[in-house]
Amino acid sequence: MRFLPAGDLAVSVEFGEEISVEVNTRVRALEFLIREKGPAGVLEMVPTFRSLLVYYDPRQVGYDALCAAVAELVPQASTAVLPPARTVELPCCYDSELGLDLEAAALRLELPVAELVRLHSGAEYLVYFIGFTPGLPYMTGMPERIRLPRLETPRTQVPAQSVGIGGSQCCIYSVDSPGGYWILGKTPLRLYDPEAPDPILLRPGDRVSFRPIDRAEYERIAAQVEARTWRPVIA
Amino acid sequence: MTVRILDAGPLTTVQDLGRPGHLRYGIPPSGPLDRESFRLANRLVGNADGAAALECTYMGPRFQVDRPCAIAVTGAAAPVTVNGVEAPRWTTLVLRAGDTVRVGAPRAGVLSYVAFSGGLDVPLVLGSRSTYARGRLGGLEGRALRPGDVLRVPDGPPPVVRALAPPPPVGGEAETRVRVVLGPQADRFTDEGLRTLLGSAYEMTRESDRMGARLHGPRIAHARGHDIVSDGIALGSIQVPGDGQPIVLLVDRQSTGGYTKVATVCSFDIGRLGQVKPGRKVVFTAVSVAEAHRLLRESDALLDGLLREETA
Repeated sequence: MRFLPAGDLAVSVEFGEEISVEVNTRVRALEFLIREKGPAGVLEMVPTFRSLLVYYDPRQVGYDALCAAVAELVPQASTAVLPPARTVELPCCYDSELGLDLEAAALRLELPVAELVRLHSGAEYLVYFIGFTPGLPYMTGMPERIRLPRLETPRTQVPAQSVGIGGSQCCIYSVDSPGGYWILGKTPLRLYDPEAPDPILLRPGDRVSFRPIDRAEYERIAAQVEARTWRPVIA
Repeated sequence: MTVRILDAGPLTTVQDLGRPGHLRYGIPPSGPLDRESFRLANRLVGNADGAAALECTYMGPRFQVDRPCAIAVTGAAAPVTVNGVEAPRWTTLVLRAGDTVRVGAPRAGVLSYVAFSGGLDVPLVLGSRSTYARGRLGGLEGRALRPGDVLRVPDGPPPVVRALAPPPPVGGEAETRVRVVLGPQADRFTDEGLRTLLGSAYEMTRESDRMGARLHGPRIAHARGHDIVSDGIALGSIQVPGDGQPIVLLVDRQSTGGYTKVATVCSFDIGRLGQVKPGRKVVFTAVSVAEAHRLLRESDALLDGLLREETA
């Protein structure tokens, strides 16, 4: 573990350089402990795959004192301290119109489309962290059999709510943005809704599953989301 | 009272001191790029530092007020007129009902701030009135102002005329020096790459915005690849992708990213960087964290001094 200064207002607490559930769990556990214990001067934190960016107020705490206070919590930073994960069910319409790459991905994987959908929706995904754009989850849990390198030429615009895969990761676009994942389908739920009182659907550490729905159900749920009468299934 | 926007300028947004606390959900803090000029504008009209005001990029707006009120314009050296007659910046301007104000294109600097006594009344979103236009959040309907927009201002205290003399210089230097702390990924660059960063002048480009300042100059050499496993991006992070050109990430930045970050611009120099016009040069000087904290206290004291002076 090392402390890397990120300017005069932040320090990056780095646990490793790899993507793994073990490293990410320590990162999220440290964030949880810091929030619980509230060492002086910490303003906010950003957990990622392998490090925790800690924003602090140097008017309240010096760099060395802050690092020492954080270092004291590191040995306890493990799964044991984390509260139970939420589970979130996302309806997902896997059809070739919304799933821009569904057929191409199945072809490349040498799988029937139905089998690709079964494998993708049969897995449970862990949200490592939320980042890049508002509400976008970085998730792991992809079955080995459906891993593909990212698109050689990223799209300049991927519609928000598209569900994509690339490498060992599954991604859901939260706003219209460029992207290089293979798009298998689309969820009618909004991961980022600037007009909602709580604009962000998912949280770091959530366990996410996809429930396959047909186009008619997609449209029905989308209408309820629009009318703000849809309640996501979160346990 | 209300402010009617007649011309908006290319990018005029409502900002307050920002929306901290939501980076873990990918929502940036937003707020003014040049916090010092922003706070001074509010002080000049008797507001708290964090009252909502306008940030104008390049050409400012033309607007009309329907009641008497006090405003102040700070930041870039942009001409200000009231009913066509030139008016001073860095001074309380007392307006009558029906007056029309215009903030023109800056001769030096980029960002102008217009504060109104009482502060702009737009809804609080996640605790802030700041506009995050990419995320369609906050401000007026989550977007930059357009002609025809009407902003409400609650009645403020009776105007007291205050002025800052001489006003702080903004923009205009041939080369703007900004202080950086090396890291978090300085070890991913060659010694030559670090010498290039600290020994060259980088030109501000037109692709810069509130998300990031894109600079152009000598290529900063990586030691082993430009991709990393994504981590957090701090205010002022200098990201260097494969082309070796630095991008300084600012108030509307993405919260995380997968490019190496060679150094981080200190918070007290972000405003100066934001005021650098495209085509002008930026030079980076490295300081330690301890030195940065000492400079931050100095910068705080300087601003407090200015604030005290104008209230005296």
